[in-house]
Amino acid sequence: METVADIEWVLACYTDDVPENGGACVKHGDEQIALYNFSRRGEWYATQNLCPHKQQMALSRGMIGSTGEDCTPKVACPFHKKAFSLISGECLSGEEYQIKTYPVKVTDGKVYIGIA
Amino acid sequence: MFQPTIVVVGNGMVGYKFCEKLLAKSSHFNIIVFGEENRIAYDRVHLSEYFNGKSATELSLSTASWYTDNNIKLHLNDPVQEINRTEKTVHSLKGLTVRYDYLILATGSSAFVPDIPGVEKEGVFVYRTIDDLDLIKAYAANAKVGAVMGGGLLGLEAAKALIDLGIEETHVIEFAPRLMPRQIDSAGSSMLLSKLKSLGLNIHLNKNTAAFVGQHKIEALQFNDDSRLPIDMMVISAGIRPRDELAKLAGLHVGTRGGIIVNEKMQTSDEHIFAIGECALYEGMIYGLVAPGYEMADIVATYLTGGEKGFYGYDMSTKLKLIGVDVASFGDAFITEPDCRTIIFEDTHKGTYKRINISNDGKYLLGGILIGDADAYNMLLQTVNNKIALPPNPEDLILGSRGGEANEGAGVMNLPDEALICSCEAITKSDICSAVNEGACSIDEIKKCTKAGTGCGGCVPLVKDLIAGTMKANGQYVKNVLCEHFDYSRQELYDLVKINKVKNYDLVLDHFGKGDGCEVCKPAVASILSSLWNDVIVKQDTIQDSNDRYLANIQKGGTYSVVPRIPGGEITPDKLIVIGQVAKKYGLYTKITGGQRIDMFGAHINDLPEIWEELIDAGFESGHAYGKALRTVKSCVGSTWCRFGLHDSVSFAIEIEDRYKGIRAPHKLKGGVSGCIRECAEAQSKDFGIIATEKGWNLYVCGNGGSKPQHAQLLATDVDSATCIKYIDRFLMFYIKTADPLTRTATWLNKMDGGMSYLKNVVVNDSLGIAEKLDEEMQQLVDTYHCEWKEVVENPDLRKRFAHFINAPQEKDPSVKFEVMREQVKAQW
Repeated sequence: METVADIEWVLACYTDDVPENGGACVKHGDEQIALYNFSRRGEWYATQNLCPHKQQMALSRGMIGSTGEDCTPKVACPFHKKAFSLISGECLSGEEYQIKTYPVKVTDGKVYIGIA
Repeated sequence: MFQPTIVVVGNGMVGYKFCEKLLAKSSHFNIIVFGEENRIAYDRVHLSEYFNGKSATELSLSTASWYTDNNIKLHLNDPVQEINRTEKTVHSLKGLTVRYDYLILATGSSAFVPDIPGVEKEGVFVYRTIDDLDLIKAYAANAKVGAVMGGGLLGLEAAKALIDLGIEETHVIEFAPRLMPRQIDSAGSSMLLSKLKSLGLNIHLNKNTAAFVGQHKIEALQFNDDSRLPIDMMVISAGIRPRDELAKLAGLHVGTRGGIIVNEKMQTSDEHIFAIGECALYEGMIYGLVAPGYEMADIVATYLTGGEKGFYGYDMSTKLKLIGVDVASFGDAFITEPDCRTIIFEDTHKGTYKRINISNDGKYLLGGILIGDADAYNMLLQTVNNKIALPPNPEDLILGSRGGEANEGAGVMNLPDEALICSCEAITKSDICSAVNEGACSIDEIKKCTKAGTGCGGCVPLVKDLIAGTMKANGQYVKNVLCEHFDYSRQELYDLVKINKVKNYDLVLDHFGKGDGCEVCKPAVASILSSLWNDVIVKQDTIQDSNDRYLANIQKGGTYSVVPRIPGGEITPDKLIVIGQVAKKYGLYTKITGGQRIDMFGAHINDLPEIWEELIDAGFESGHAYGKALRTVKSCVGSTWCRFGLHDSVSFAIEIEDRYKGIRAPHKLKGGVSGCIRECAEAQSKDFGIIATEKGWNLYVCGNGGSKPQHAQLLATDVDSATCIKYIDRFLMFYIKTADPLTRTATWLNKMDGGMSYLKNVVVNDSLGIAEKLDEEMQQLVDTYHCEWKEVVENPDLRKRFAHFINAPQEKDPSVKFEVMREQVKAQW
């Protein structure tokens, strides 16, 4: 059972702040969150900004895209091209990494990230 | 639980392989190994490489820790002296007495030393162990003339070793009328003889040595025909003798000419004692190769773990390189008419001899001999072993198909599944194909998961063909497609985008692709769009690789580096001062690059636009160090200052760098111009390199440094500056249009059918009739040049993208930290 009440929706930015089909980094206290505007699919995603492979704050600068039959949305780290699912956060490059993902909602041109 | 104790006598290749095979099948044994030498098991097949610089460690088959990790008790330098069969114990030189449940004799063989007077003299050696090699090496330092007794396989190996050691004059003395009498026929032998003679080896056949002459050390050989040969050292390599003395002492049955008699289970006359490798005598035969030895090891390991397997003889086909000459014999090499028909091809000009023996009905290959060129060996051996029906013209097998379509690699895939590919490790075709199907796609991966190719290495080319063939059959790489989103090669997509005049990524994906794209096709399409339309790349920033997206190279810790263009490496003092001031102001680390310019490291993403604004104000432009584009054209100082310089290399380098700057290509491009043949600009290691001659310029193309350095090749000689530029235009444009993504010009050329002569024809002789078009397309790219950083600096919307936090644009990434090193900064992470 998921308890919706536990999620705090934080205003991150306006929709046109984030480049189309690209990402940007959002500061939330000491946390860095990568926010992706997947405009080709009309979807928004958010993950941790830190790439767990070499501990680089870089995922927001990575390229997004899709993979497989079911077109899983993914981001590839600009450093060594490790790719992660934007839905589950699992590493798609055959390694045991996992990144945190966050829910995103858009209302009236404002983008909110859900922090549990 | 009862753990039977296995004692292995002998720590050579076969003894080691036995331990490995047994461990792979079961861990319920207590294994104890005795070795006579003081080293762990090493590769004796490639022993001669010890003289080519391979170390003893590199020759080792494993490590000391391998034995401890696998709970094997290893006693080195401690040969077993005695076997007590009633007590079932062995007694070693150092006084150990160990009980066994099963005893494995893997004592190998020793060099056969004929009983010739004077054999004990100083300077007479055998060629068997690393210790022997060390002795030979030490003595060879003071020797000028060396001789090897024995013209067989091992003798010629030893002769090679003497040559490698720098012995000025090497002789081979053979008692028989020909070389390698066991492996090749007399015609093949005389071809080998003339080939080896032409390489400087002195070969004496029909020579019977009567005595080794000399006071204390050897000084000459005395032959039965009363002739003499003065020498400084002697290596005896006249055959091997099985080490059966221990077995004989224990009362085991041995052959009259040596060898421990075994049955098909490798059991000796004592059912608890086994013999494997070169000490074992099976049906009157000693198997002096490593592959049958490994097979014997497997048979015993299988038996001890409850399996069923027997030894019934072994294919003794071999292929080797002797002093650079290929020698191979396979199947029934010596069968003659009327039992078969033979096809012989002899080329005394090139020094090749090929013989195949085919069945009288012309259907099957029975065996053969190859001298001088044994490329066909693997396929021929497979054809024999798998009884593959011969083609209508069997001579094609050794001559290649003349005329008609060449069908490379197809042969391998036609082999039956059970075809033995790696005989050392007994790996079949189906083993390799299923490993490929499970994802092992390189020779290294195959070696790791199947062990194929890890023994003698002879099957490696065949394994490679199988990998390629299987991948092809699976549809992998059948077509050179960009990625899962585009079923086109880069070249095809380039043409489609051009013909349809598509100018952005999403449209390219909608028209020609599927899905949402990825990190492979996005930058590849970005490069195509840029090469075609030369638009400002940051307008489509999210399809660019990170470096192109931020027009700077991302570095450790997430900072960026800044490299302004310094054409030809020429810079004024004023501009140097500006670089110094900018670097100081923004806390950047500075270093001279390999391309004769200055790199500033450690810039925060937020600072990039301001840094560039200052640089551009001072007259700098982007150096495109971040792009798959022209980096630098390196130059030497040239005729303006250098007393050797023929032409002004700096001016020409600047002209060329300015011409091609900013042009996007499948990979980075580097150039060089040298003012004379001393080549100080290292132009021959560049994608295009120009060297001044008395009459003009020589143009070289397709060189590169990197992990696989390759020299550039000559494209044009003594051309004037205008022609030189015209050829570079065409060469670069042809590369841009046809290369795969991320392929340097060197690799592009290596993959090109026809290679350099084809490229030369296209560029110089216009063989494709596209030269004019290439000229135009290049001119268009040159005419539409813009400095990308200038565009960004002057455009507030573009500048806005250079922020770390979208909701706090002024704040820098707090995770970036620096520390001090040699008075500058260094990223800390």
